[in-house]
Amino acid sequence: MSVIFWLISAITIAGALFAVILKNTVHCALALTVAFAGLALLFLGLDAQFAGFTEIMVYIGAVAILVVFAILLTRGSETPKDSVYSRFPVAGLVAAAGVFAVLGWAVLQSAGALPHAMQMPSATAKEIGYALVGRYVLPLEILALLLTVATIGAVIVALHEKEGK
Amino acid sequence: MTPLTAHLLVAALLFAIGLAGALTRRNAILVLIGIELMLNAANLNFIAFWRYSPHPEALTGMMFAIFSIAVAAAEAAVGLGLVIAIHRHLHSTDLDQMNRMKG
Repeated sequence: MSVIFWLISAITIAGALFAVILKNTVHCALALTVAFAGLALLFLGLDAQFAGFTEIMVYIGAVAILVVFAILLTRGSETPKDSVYSRFPVAGLVAAAGVFAVLGWAVLQSAGALPHAMQMPSATAKEIGYALVGRYVLPLEILALLLTVATIGAVIVALHEKEGK
Repeated sequence: MTPLTAHLLVAALLFAIGLAGALTRRNAILVLIGIELMLNAANLNFIAFWRYSPHPEALTGMMFAIFSIAVAAAEAAVGLGLVIAIHRHLHSTDLDQMNRMKG
């Protein structure tokens, strides 16, 4: 594996790690943006240009901004004085370490059986567009409906209710 | 180590970090951040399997990742809307205080 892959992976994992261990919530959101940018670079390294740029636009452009808005709307921007972890953090850490151990063991055990085709796949935006309105048109329509319903629902849930109504 | 194995290991580590964040943090927004990290680790798996599959021209893994990104965006919008609504009731985003189903 190339040096660039390990460098990008290290940046992504460091960003993810800081996103879950930092105390200040705004710092967590910024570290999360670094992790998303690293993931977009990993997608680009896998020759998935469309998915990489979608990741940048959707995650860095929309989700990270939404998280920052939610933090500021809930006055979570100041560093909390008491503990930021739940009552039993060790149990969560043990569960996550167990999941990583099982996943890593499964990946390493099946390394020989995994496909390793090395030809360069082509997935231009044109081909993806034709696939989206051809073979995948029904999932696309359902997804459009889901996004509409989710956006309207999020606005209604977060809408401020007047007193006495 | 083949490139696919390396990508799968990175994705597994990202998933474990997201799971640890979702399980150990007190703030509801940080739990959502952990869930987003886990979804992104799954997307990395889809893209890696698509890239090294024998038939990448079918675009299956790529399509699954794109649809998954869109569903994750909807999930983030609804989740953060719920966090804002709960904060209006409880004046807190502490998950330990969200122990009632009744408003």
